[in-house]
Amino acid sequence: MNLVEGLLTQIQGLSSTASDVLSLQNVLNQADESLHAESTRLLPFLDQLDPSKHSLGYLYFLEACTAGPVTTESASSFVLVIARFISSCVAEQIRLAPDKFISVCKRFKDQVLLLEEPLRGVAPMLTAVRKLQSSTEHLTTLHPEFLLLCLLAKCYKTGLSILEEDIFEVDQPRDLYLYCYYGGMICIGQKCFRKALELLHNVVTAPMSTINAIAVEAYKKYILVSLIHHGQLSTSLPKYASGVAQRNLKSLCLSYIELANSYNNGKIADLETYVQANMEKFGSDNNLGLVKQVVSSIYKRNIQRLTQTYLTLSLQDIANTVQLNSPKEAEMHVLQMIQDGEIYATINQKDGMVRFLEDPELYKTCEMIEHIDLSIQRLMTLSKKLTVMDELISCDPLYLGKAGRERQRFDFDDFDSVPQRFNI
Amino acid sequence: MDGEDGAPKSLMEEMYANGIEGVDDAPSSSTSTTIRKNRPIISGEQLDIEAYAALYSGRTKIMRLIFLADHCDNSGMQLEALRMAYDELKKGENTQLFREVVQKIDGRLGPNYSTDATWCAMVDRKADQRKDKLESELNAYRTNLIKESIRMGYNDFGDFYYAHGALGDAFKSYVRTRDYCTTSKHIIQMCLSAILVSIEMGQFAHVTSYVSKAEQTPEALDPPSIAKLRCAAGLAHLEAKKYKLAARKFLEVGPELGNSYSEVIAPQDVATYGGLCALASFDRTELKNKVIDNINFRNFLELVPEVRELINDFYSSHYASCLEYLGNLKSNLMLDIHIHDHVETLYDQIRSRALIQYTHPFVSVDMRMMADAFKTSVAGLEKELESLITDNQIQARIDSHNKILYARHADQRNATFQRVLQTGNEFDWDVRAMLLRANLLKHEYNLRASRKI
Repeated sequence: MNLVEGLLTQIQGLSSTASDVLSLQNVLNQADESLHAESTRLLPFLDQLDPSKHSLGYLYFLEACTAGPVTTESASSFVLVIARFISSCVAEQIRLAPDKFISVCKRFKDQVLLLEEPLRGVAPMLTAVRKLQSSTEHLTTLHPEFLLLCLLAKCYKTGLSILEEDIFEVDQPRDLYLYCYYGGMICIGQKCFRKALELLHNVVTAPMSTINAIAVEAYKKYILVSLIHHGQLSTSLPKYASGVAQRNLKSLCLSYIELANSYNNGKIADLETYVQANMEKFGSDNNLGLVKQVVSSIYKRNIQRLTQTYLTLSLQDIANTVQLNSPKEAEMHVLQMIQDGEIYATINQKDGMVRFLEDPELYKTCEMIEHIDLSIQRLMTLSKKLTVMDELISCDPLYLGKAGRERQRFDFDDFDSVPQRFNI
Repeated sequence: MDGEDGAPKSLMEEMYANGIEGVDDAPSSSTSTTIRKNRPIISGEQLDIEAYAALYSGRTKIMRLIFLADHCDNSGMQLEALRMAYDELKKGENTQLFREVVQKIDGRLGPNYSTDATWCAMVDRKADQRKDKLESELNAYRTNLIKESIRMGYNDFGDFYYAHGALGDAFKSYVRTRDYCTTSKHIIQMCLSAILVSIEMGQFAHVTSYVSKAEQTPEALDPPSIAKLRCAAGLAHLEAKKYKLAARKFLEVGPELGNSYSEVIAPQDVATYGGLCALASFDRTELKNKVIDNINFRNFLELVPEVRELINDFYSSHYASCLEYLGNLKSNLMLDIHIHDHVETLYDQIRSRALIQYTHPFVSVDMRMMADAFKTSVAGLEKELESLITDNQIQARIDSHNKILYARHADQRNATFQRVLQTGNEFDWDVRAMLLRANLLKHEYNLRASRKI
């Protein structure tokens, strides 16, 4: 107890200036083990500390408290404590001990899930993420935890707000995989298929040395979303996907590839029989909802193809071409597509005719010009970023060393820029 | 259809009728005075087997007759073909084929046309004797190391094997003469023999390589050889389904071919294959320059007036009569050994071209008129047009309610804007993903590097 009280006084004393905080950190690191030994009795001491001023010390204490297994009684009390801490702590002090902060938040998530109230954890986790990341382009380990909570609590919109930001810096590859996978699921839930495809594509093509389950599951969803959004699946992964992925992913997701093949053949009856046959497999992967969306998208695809060929077409003919049962059903589908803005058409109920119109966008409005202008600026910034990164890497000694070593393998022109002293 | 309102009625009628009445003006008058040798063989009437077979000589005659027998429905024609094949085989030395033909005849032609075991045995015995003789001669020449004799020896071997139907060995023997060829004439002889055997074997890759080899000889070739080589090249392209190249080769064949290549191809075939491939793959300018205005090719086309007529009809937009000629020719073309696999494809391509050419000059087309012109129903026509539009070969849209086809020209400005925005999005996506991956790779590399240190 003396040790603990001694620590408390030190924390209270040394938490004012930055240099003090650093020496405090050394003290705390040395005392860390003894803190862990006393973990069960530390909770009352927390009241003596103020989270907004003594964030670092509070963090160490809190981490020691929550190090043990999670139980339901302790869960409810801790949840409140941690939530209050997260909202009031100081970001700079937290960033000195990121591992401890991350483990505290993970415990928080576990407790919230144990209590089966994921919604309680969403807002605090969002604050935690914002405080931990050094910039909006930085991906922390807390990002996927946050997205997981959003998914379980079904508040997709909050999740979307985080997904809007571009990520360029990653701590751990595993974080990225999970982040993109959960992010993809959130976007699917919100029906932003384009963004979902982007995120899932990042997982599938990320550099990895061994195949992992996240990539496999992501690839399954990628196939389904690609069918819904584009109506086709490219048969091979792009060249920059890792060799491991290219070799193994297809064999692990065979039934999905079969589904894509039967989708491409265009016969709706075959597709439906295939889905029925493999119902439980899709269900066990929790992809049943997506698969149903795939089946309904094939009708849309066929109707869209008709807009390219016909100016007017009777509902009966649409029903026949798209293999629907009756003109009434065809009318429902076309109506739905017009409302969703996927085609431009008018239905003449008297004749039972549909008249397909051209895209009314004329690209002459102010909004369009603004949109184009913003896109150009965004792309210019991105381009600059790319150039900066390129320059950084060309000055990096590790890279130059490797390039110099491998000089013999490449053409003289490619590596002319590498100075001779890097030849090993 | 859009046309001038004040045009004389006869002109309008002619445009609408689209050549339907033109069928009666078949120009058979020119052929009635030609000599029997040039009577149209490949025509709409049933094939005259004797005349057909008279065009060819050697092994190809027998193979063509057998092919005919296998593929035609008419048992009378079948037996006629088999009988002629039998007679031809008796004059030669190929006992293997002889037995096959006898099996196909199956005794239907009476006792004169059954297995003649004595003849077979005699031929085989003679063959063995000749083979031994050739071998000993060849060995003698080889010890003497006289190039010319060795070459002749291998050549004789090649001829021997070819006559007996051992095509693989024949090919090998001919190829062996290559090392002993001294003049360009020898090389050309070797190439032509190799080409002949390859065509009979059906290995058209060899044909192409030997044609190019022959054409590379430094001395100028004599015109019949050039013509022969071009025919062979055309056949090879035809087999490879490269119809445009095949057409170009066949159209370059000069009239010096005559009947000199009857072991492979007849001038009628050159005209037919060349004409059909050209129709299926050339555009209008090429068709006019290379086919219709081609004086050399005109001689060939005279031999098959129906093909000539149908090309002219196509060019002058009388599609109905053109398609009618094609329909008539089809049954006989299916009996031809080289083109029978390609008839369907060529016909489809010609029909698509006709449809595209029909719609090309107009802003709107009445589909009922068009269906009459192409002798099909409106629904069928709609399906055909739909597939052509989907393949982007016709730029138009169908008004299914009023059955009119409207030409549609893409709005360049809108299309450009769309493409620009899309390219921007793709660039955005690609670069962001790339930067992310680079970051991951750097991280992994640093991890590995730090572990090593």
